[in-house]
Amino acid sequence: MTPELGYAATVAALVLAIYGAGAAAWSARVGRTDLRASAERAAIGVWVLITACMLLLVYAFLTFDFSVRYVANNTNLGTPFYYRITALWGALEGSIILWAWMLSVYTLIMVTRYRRTQPQLYPWTLAVMLSISAFFLLVMTIPAPPFERLSPIPADGRGLNPLLEDSGMITHPVALYLGFTGFTVPFAFAMAALIVGRIGDEWITITRRWTIVAWYFLSLGLLIGGWWSYHVLGWGGYWAWDPVENAAFMPWLTATAFLHSVMIQERRRMLKLWNLTLIILTFSLTLFGTFLTRSGIIGSVHAFSQGSVGQFFLSFLALVVLGAFCLLAWRLDRLRAQGELDSILSRESAFLLNNLFLIAAAFTVFFGTVFPLLSEAVQGTKVSVGAPFFNLVNIPIFLALIFLMGVGPLIAWRRASAENLRRNFLKPVLIGIAGAAVCWALGIGNALVLLCLTLVVFVAATIALDFARAARARRRTGDGWIDATWGLALRQNRRYGGFVVHLGILVIALGVAGSQAWSTQTEATLNRGESLNLAGYTIRFDGLAAAEESNHFKVTGTFTVSDRKGPFTVLTPAKKFYPQEQTPIAAVDYRLGFLEDLYLVLGEFARDGSHATIKIQVNRMVSWLWIGGLLLTLGTALAIVPERRRVPALARAGERMPA
Amino acid sequence: MSQRFRLLRWMIPLAVIPVLALLAYGFRTDPREIPSPLVGKPASPFSLTAFDGKPVSLDSLKGQVVVVNFWSSWCYPACYEEAPSLERAWQTYKDRGVMVVGVNFQDKDEPARRFLTQFGHTFPNAPDPSGRVSVDYGVYGVPETYFIDRKGRVRFKQVGPVSDDLLKRQIETLLAEAA
Repeated sequence: MTPELGYAATVAALVLAIYGAGAAAWSARVGRTDLRASAERAAIGVWVLITACMLLLVYAFLTFDFSVRYVANNTNLGTPFYYRITALWGALEGSIILWAWMLSVYTLIMVTRYRRTQPQLYPWTLAVMLSISAFFLLVMTIPAPPFERLSPIPADGRGLNPLLEDSGMITHPVALYLGFTGFTVPFAFAMAALIVGRIGDEWITITRRWTIVAWYFLSLGLLIGGWWSYHVLGWGGYWAWDPVENAAFMPWLTATAFLHSVMIQERRRMLKLWNLTLIILTFSLTLFGTFLTRSGIIGSVHAFSQGSVGQFFLSFLALVVLGAFCLLAWRLDRLRAQGELDSILSRESAFLLNNLFLIAAAFTVFFGTVFPLLSEAVQGTKVSVGAPFFNLVNIPIFLALIFLMGVGPLIAWRRASAENLRRNFLKPVLIGIAGAAVCWALGIGNALVLLCLTLVVFVAATIALDFARAARARRRTGDGWIDATWGLALRQNRRYGGFVVHLGILVIALGVAGSQAWSTQTEATLNRGESLNLAGYTIRFDGLAAAEESNHFKVTGTFTVSDRKGPFTVLTPAKKFYPQEQTPIAAVDYRLGFLEDLYLVLGEFARDGSHATIKIQVNRMVSWLWIGGLLLTLGTALAIVPERRRVPALARAGERMPA
Repeated sequence: MSQRFRLLRWMIPLAVIPVLALLAYGFRTDPREIPSPLVGKPASPFSLTAFDGKPVSLDSLKGQVVVVNFWSSWCYPACYEEAPSLERAWQTYKDRGVMVVGVNFQDKDEPARRFLTQFGHTFPNAPDPSGRVSVDYGVYGVPETYFIDRKGRVRFKQVGPVSDDLLKRQIETLLAEAA
């Protein structure tokens, strides 16, 4: 019964979404408010129906309804309770439901926020968003139906991919999809602005917070993905330039460029065309990411199943990109810039450079990702480019971006005077050089790491000095300490929120540089009672234990770790044998630290427990990535709190959103 | 606005067409399609004990066309989809010098036997308890099916389920060759 209900709900939602999109567009053309209200009710209906689909599928999972193919493929009788819920988005069909559901939630928020305040843009925005929902519902109806029946009904299911049985499975896809779907809102407003022809700053002001929130969730999704890879996959890394990681990284790069370039438009009425292009690119790249994972055109560890989903996604991608760029070309004469670039030494040009580098990075990542296709099309041979290519090209770009992160926020608009440069940059440059000297004296010889550290110190100094200067100025006007610092940050929350995010990025950059340069590892086969030394640790192999878990068989090794002061912890890396997997899954054990993580992976072992192979890694500064993620969270929160005092309440009401 | 500008601006949407074309080209290729190095090479010998206790070995099948199918009871849905086709091919060709052998891959005894009963398989099926045979054949996942000619060489490897059509085509090709 469940599958039939679910399928009916999907089809009904599809019909409603198409109707709603048409009604909203028609109401915008002829100005009929009754039609508009009807489209809004359709949007609510779509949300209700997709929610019902999700609940039905969860119900099927919880009751082990193996007559549903998706359930049989992604659980078995041994799958623990909470993974039966997260199995919902464990594979293609369910992840499309999750996507469609988030989109419907965003649509509802958009409706409640802007129904009254944006009478001109809003109906078109609603039409665009409902059309996009309709596409995802179409995917749920034809190429990837989550409620497809399985016959004959198996006695037990295949089980969830063991790699997905992890807490990261609960958060990573959710954060990533919130990010991906979040960009639909700014995109929809941009399209509405193009259609209506009101290509001022309106759509940018409205969507600023949406963009920040979507950007934040995308960043979080990427970081959680890194954490997942780090503690689940057992190779000790967090980023591999895998096509699917790249697919999520490209929209992040263009979105970052967008976040910065809109400030130029707000301030100088420049870059209108560029901003529209960036949001179109960002949204298209989120679709491209989904296309890449679902079509199977490029081999990847993340690849979902294949089928006609790829064709659907590519067609839709083509429709979106061509449609959006045709709209853009149609409105091109209204997109002339009103401001001009006055000088190379200005904030505008720093931001332009930042955009240039971010787009260059996005392009190289795109190029590297589709290179296997390109080479096969041109030369007929499959050649992949790997991490060396991406690192070689992107490291200089990212170093340049860090440098600009220091320059951009402080350099004067229009034209920087010698006085402005001296006042803002003399001290940070000196501090940066001093920092480099200290690092060099401490024995850091790696030129790239040294350069990275210097830049990080420089940027951190610009931020700290700027904040100190502003706080001192407030003190002089009579504010207390708390008001001069905390109050300042809240009053100029956009600026200081951005600074905190920048600090987060700096901390992440340090984590990346440190872990790449200073991590060390070794591998050895130990007899029981035997020890191994690495980087000041002594690791003793104490024996093996075997256990039958609900859905797998687990062999756990016990290792006592001592440092110079004596034994301090016992680590128990394991190997899990799932019946449905050919190769065992490593369950790594680790001890995280501020400066270094100790990370153990169990390899081959003797069945009698007499000896075992162990891979030991000391990964330095990886924790800084997660700390950086925390700073990103704080900075984003600060950047989106509604601005106080300076902005009149009316102007504010239109752009506030719950996050 | 000049005439030239009017036309030029349509270059913006046109510029994305080559990229889309490249992506569309991707559907014609399969990134996972890595030719098995075993194709054309002599099939590695094996001797197993079938579920019914009888011995199954490749050596005793020289001169026959052999279809070796790796399967598991937990392999939904592919192994379930192809199971009836394998039995049909066996019924069609067993009197024409064709042998179908099932190798049960990483499975438990009881569900494997239930699988065989469910589909009424009459061709020999053997468990591969040490996983040796699947390693020798480079089995990556189930189902995989290997077609061995009369001279004992692997001639074709199918990754994923086999269909009636594919079985017929491969078997007929190998049967048409002289021994």
